[in-house]
Amino acid sequence: MSLDKKQVKEIAYLARLSIEDEELEQSTSELNNILSLMDDLNEIDTGDVEPMAHPLHMSQRLRDDEVTEENLAEEFQAIAPKTGKSHFLVPTVIE
Amino acid sequence: MMHNLSVAGLIKGLKNKDFSSVELTQHYLNRINKSKLNAFISVTEDLALAQANAADLKIAKGDNTLLTGIPYAHKDIFCTKGVKTSAGSKMLDSFISPYDATLSHKFNSENMVMLGKTNMDEFAMGSSNENSYYGPVKNPWNLKKIPGGSSGGSAAAVASRIAPFATGTDTGGSIRQPASLCGITGLKPTYGRISRYGMIAYASSLDQAGPMTQTAEDAAIVLNAMAGFDNKDSTSAPKETPDYTKQLTNSLDGLKIGLPKEFFSSGLDEGTEKVVMNAIKEYELMGAKIQEVSLPNSMHAIPTYYIVAPCECSSNLSRFDGVRYGYRCEDPKDLDDLYLRSRSEGFGKEVKRRIMIGAYALSAGYYDAYYLKAQKVRQLISEDFKKAFQSVDVIMGPVSPTPAFDLGSVKDPVSMYLADIYTLSVNLAGLPGMSIPAGFSKELPVGLQLIGNHWSEELLLNTAHQFQLKTDWHTSSPIEL
Repeated sequence: MSLDKKQVKEIAYLARLSIEDEELEQSTSELNNILSLMDDLNEIDTGDVEPMAHPLHMSQRLRDDEVTEENLAEEFQAIAPKTGKSHFLVPTVIE
Repeated sequence: MMHNLSVAGLIKGLKNKDFSSVELTQHYLNRINKSKLNAFISVTEDLALAQANAADLKIAKGDNTLLTGIPYAHKDIFCTKGVKTSAGSKMLDSFISPYDATLSHKFNSENMVMLGKTNMDEFAMGSSNENSYYGPVKNPWNLKKIPGGSSGGSAAAVASRIAPFATGTDTGGSIRQPASLCGITGLKPTYGRISRYGMIAYASSLDQAGPMTQTAEDAAIVLNAMAGFDNKDSTSAPKETPDYTKQLTNSLDGLKIGLPKEFFSSGLDEGTEKVVMNAIKEYELMGAKIQEVSLPNSMHAIPTYYIVAPCECSSNLSRFDGVRYGYRCEDPKDLDDLYLRSRSEGFGKEVKRRIMIGAYALSAGYYDAYYLKAQKVRQLISEDFKKAFQSVDVIMGPVSPTPAFDLGSVKDPVSMYLADIYTLSVNLAGLPGMSIPAGFSKELPVGLQLIGNHWSEELLLNTAHQFQLKTDWHTSSPIEL
């Protein structure tokens, strides 16, 4: 499988990254080189192999639904780029 | 001098009042200030001296633990409350963590002394430390060479004796490879052994913290302080932790060592192979039995890892959106522009590359061909190890195909990825692995890799310690700092 420049732009946008046009050529060829490494996997027969979801095959531990964390809203807001009274500010989304 | 002492030696020194924690801390801070390696992103001088003072008071009252007053360097991937935690990224250059990682909390509660935060590849993605926003770290054995990565600052700091020990994290070799290239001891424990809470995530099913030290004995002492179940980490293993120093002195007579034939194929530097084989001979002299094993699927570890890890990273790093913390671009015109420019300006090249590979491999229509396929091959890689450990106790081989290469010499990403060939499969299988100093090739240190079955850290540390009783590679240190 090989990516063209248009696909690379689309993937970048999916991940909310922008690629300048002058970088596009190089990024495309780098990504294709990396993806060509993956072709190696096609030669392996994985017919009835279970995908490995966890290195120790453990299941997700659940806890009781109890409040364990204290409210640290002020500390968390103090490190934000832009805040209002009790919220994080971003450019207007809805007029 | 104090800085040549191991952690075990420093513990004795503090106990005998040969020096105080403040004296010790000041000595290391002086060395850090002289250092040219760029091993630290932040040096927390005032905090360190305050912590050392507090430690001396605790020691005077007899209210101390084994590690009270011992200085260390903390990889800048662990959140430290009130201290900048950058993960080597412009994205977090202004991030002062509002909370402590469990590991930071554990060290603080023993009144240990943090000297500073060490340099690393951005978000732990890299094998050479050249991907740091703060510039590359230099290898103390030769300033033109890379120290390895991603825990390159930690490895260089311990090797050059500007810190007695350091923390590291290992997702695909990031403790073992820099440990090998800088000539120190590095341990990546079993997945789930040390809490990942507050350790900035790269690939969550692979990431594991561990100690980077001069000796295996030190690694055991420090692992005692690091390991243990943590309710705050949902992947932490609910399992008792032994005292890792207890089995160090066991005899290795009859130990069965497996050498994977796939680890000694073409591409392995001749000098590196020689060092590894000499180390194996040393083990034979101690009564160990050597046999060949096969890990046929380990040769597929590179494509498997470079699908699984980028997929997990593309998901993990989606949290960096310029909204709640970290870097935000100037004057975003709308929300989409805010996301796009904050992420594009805040992340470095390699991080963007891996996010894009992950986004592609997880996207509709490609998921089965890439992610699912890789998770199946991961199972096969893991089964190979399971089979091998039915006939051997420890697997040994090289850590890295070559000693440290020149800064700036490897430019294309694929060549860089290929150098991870011997370390990746251990993370994919969740196994513990170590690198211990075993000799030199081209005047640069070479590590021996020890791989054990799940939860066999005691055996690995015992195996490493016995080697260090018979050899002195771990005591050689570079002149540069």
